[in-house]
Amino acid sequence: MTLTTRKFDALIVGAGGAGLRAALQLSNGDARVAVVSKVFPTRSHTVAAQGGVNAALANVLPDSWHWHMFDTVKGSDYLGDQDAIEYMCRAAPKVVYELEHFGVPFSRLEEGNIYQRAFGGQSQHFGKEQAARTCAAADRTGHAILHSLYQQNLRARTHFFDEYFAIDLIKDDSGHVLGVIAFDILSGEPIVIEAKTTLIATGGAGQIFRTNTNALSNTGDGMAMALRAGVPLEDMEFVQFHPTGIAGRGMLITEGARGEGGFLINDQGERFMERYAPNAKDLASRDVVSRAIAIEVRDGRGCGRNKDHALLDLRHLGADTIMKKLPGIREVSMTFLGVDPIEEPIPVFPTCHYSMGGIPTNRDGQVVVPMKDTPEDPVPGLYAAGEAACVSVHGANRLGGNSLLDILVFGRAAANHILDFLNDNRHHRPLHQDSVDQALARLARWDRKGEGEAVEPLRRELRKVMEDHCGVFRTAEVMQEGVTRLHKLRERIDNAVIRDHSRTFNTARVEAMELENLMDCAMATIVSALGREESRGAHSRMDFTDRDDGRWLRHSLYSLQDDAMDYKPVRTQPVTVESFPPKERVY
Amino acid sequence: MEFSIYRFNPETDSAPYMQDFTLGDDLVEPGMMLLDALLLLKEQDDSLSFRRSCQHGVCGSDGMNINGTNGLACIMPLKDLKAPIVLRPFPGMPVIRDLIVDMENFYHQYREAEPWLVNDSPEPEVERLQSPEDRDQLDGLYECILCGCCSAACPSYWWNPDRFLGPAALLQAARFIQDSRDEATEERLERLDDAYRLYRCHGIMNCTQVCPKGLNPAKAIGDIRRTMLKRSV
Repeated sequence: MTLTTRKFDALIVGAGGAGLRAALQLSNGDARVAVVSKVFPTRSHTVAAQGGVNAALANVLPDSWHWHMFDTVKGSDYLGDQDAIEYMCRAAPKVVYELEHFGVPFSRLEEGNIYQRAFGGQSQHFGKEQAARTCAAADRTGHAILHSLYQQNLRARTHFFDEYFAIDLIKDDSGHVLGVIAFDILSGEPIVIEAKTTLIATGGAGQIFRTNTNALSNTGDGMAMALRAGVPLEDMEFVQFHPTGIAGRGMLITEGARGEGGFLINDQGERFMERYAPNAKDLASRDVVSRAIAIEVRDGRGCGRNKDHALLDLRHLGADTIMKKLPGIREVSMTFLGVDPIEEPIPVFPTCHYSMGGIPTNRDGQVVVPMKDTPEDPVPGLYAAGEAACVSVHGANRLGGNSLLDILVFGRAAANHILDFLNDNRHHRPLHQDSVDQALARLARWDRKGEGEAVEPLRRELRKVMEDHCGVFRTAEVMQEGVTRLHKLRERIDNAVIRDHSRTFNTARVEAMELENLMDCAMATIVSALGREESRGAHSRMDFTDRDDGRWLRHSLYSLQDDAMDYKPVRTQPVTVESFPPKERVY
Repeated sequence: MEFSIYRFNPETDSAPYMQDFTLGDDLVEPGMMLLDALLLLKEQDDSLSFRRSCQHGVCGSDGMNINGTNGLACIMPLKDLKAPIVLRPFPGMPVIRDLIVDMENFYHQYREAEPWLVNDSPEPEVERLQSPEDRDQLDGLYECILCGCCSAACPSYWWNPDRFLGPAALLQAARFIQDSRDEATEERLERLDDAYRLYRCHGIMNCTQVCPKGLNPAKAIGDIRRTMLKRSV
């Protein structure tokens, strides 16, 4: 069989905000760039981001990138790498202005500047008054950004492989990454895409949990590809539970709802966040608010017939503010609950939202692994950015509004580094047939016929195991049992079959390959969580309730080989300013 | 609950057919959306093919024809639908398989509208200013999710998909014509001033009626025509 082969300077896997921002930089830099995406680009999950993107523009209240940096370090529970955080916060205003020039329809203030709202964990003067740092296009900021970036890429004539599924990275014996093997979902035909550099921008793995705010396509494909190529995943135990998912369903209600003045109440009608975070109240960091809701419900103060959720009250904001600033969440609430937030509060409960962990990179987007000399040797030709990556700016807990910022800053930074790399590496390296054959075998594996379990029930079981054994509150005993179950599930997935063996747009095969990716990401998450014997940020251990900086101020590294754990130090030294040493975290 | 679903696999079927599916009452939960039901039906038969992603009406993947009207499965409450629920691919677009259509022409017409901001003035080091009133002009235009429900409901687009841009692409054109920051208004109007590209719209209004985001492409097209008229006098 002759395999179609295409060659590009730079390949990007994933067409969300990180991938498209990088693609635009590369196209404008005259590199031949291709973007592979399993969905049409504007269907990527960046489109669902609501509240906004953080940048210290000071359009509404005084602000500085340094305060933003402090908030991000504190929000990360001191696990974030301070060099990367400084870089991101300094770059933030520039990338937001660029977006505006690309055409993003930001909401506007009276004088015509970009509208900014308050979000959780934001402060002025290093922890004092609330700041307003989140630049918003109503509550559809992700949509506005993703569409504008796609449009500018069309203008720049970026090459798109729409509805192509990337199977695995191609890597040679010297460790260079040479591109990917993918298949065209439409025809079912495999294709080799060779590139001098490959950027993984495939987003998160929120589908490993049963209740989540994520798209069905968020299956950690890039993270799993990295694992299979021998790259460990960093800090996978840190999974953000968003405080305000629609109870029982999971659809996201933006933090901007609280930023605009909404608050949470329990069954007594009490604004309970005043007890957990006396200063910031409802705008404390997400880990804090999520735990508070879970505790209220656990202690019997939940709302509703089953006392299983809290209420988000927006009624006092008035119809004008809700319709102008929060039209999207009103629509979601009315569609899925029949509840108009102008008249009734919205039932909410913490819901899996975001992977703080991912593929380890430096602040140029290069994937770094422990190889010979340091824990941070770059893998030649391989880059990662966005939720798939762990740079790490979010550490143990991400601040709202920092994920859109992360994808833009590091998508752009990775592209700039790639342009330099391309200057020094003018030629493609020879293709490595072994890794091509391995990927094709993975694809062919699903042609197997005969008896075997189906994919969907296995996926459901995996998500249930993760919810039951690796949720908001964790203990060694419960997680150990979860690991055992996942090991058994892994074997069952190896023997699963699909019934549909046609070539044309076979979604069953796509879902089967996504399940394999979910499995690897789930295992990385629970094994890393079991390893970390402390509570920090989003990782809450009932059996180790305190943060332990002596033992655990370090990043976890999970490898697929033997499910092994390794660790590396946190980069506590910023680029130019003084380090923020760990302190007790109060809001 | 009963379903009748359009099936076609080009590898095995010489012609499309309708297949009956039943979703057990024990599986039907209150508040369920059509997409939830489709995902359960796919467990019965994993060859049943449709696109889906975000599950709450922002990615625009799961547009289809539902009991005769185009809509998004993920935000279509099951309880509002009369059984048997009849599901077909979008009318007027080539079928790839089952409920999946080839949207390349739709995307082509979108690109023809040149849906990107053009402003070649020197870039300020900060944002370009735009008054809240000017920004308000974009409401109802920029929120399009490219699901295709509107264009696939438009008879003018069915008949002239190669020459008429269709409501979705024209909505995009309007979005950039309206944007006070855009400097290519004249060129945009010039490109649209054509018996087919713009003027094949006969005001049938199907687009506005089916838009799952509550947008009004028909009005946007009317606004472009009015701008065109003002320009010619």
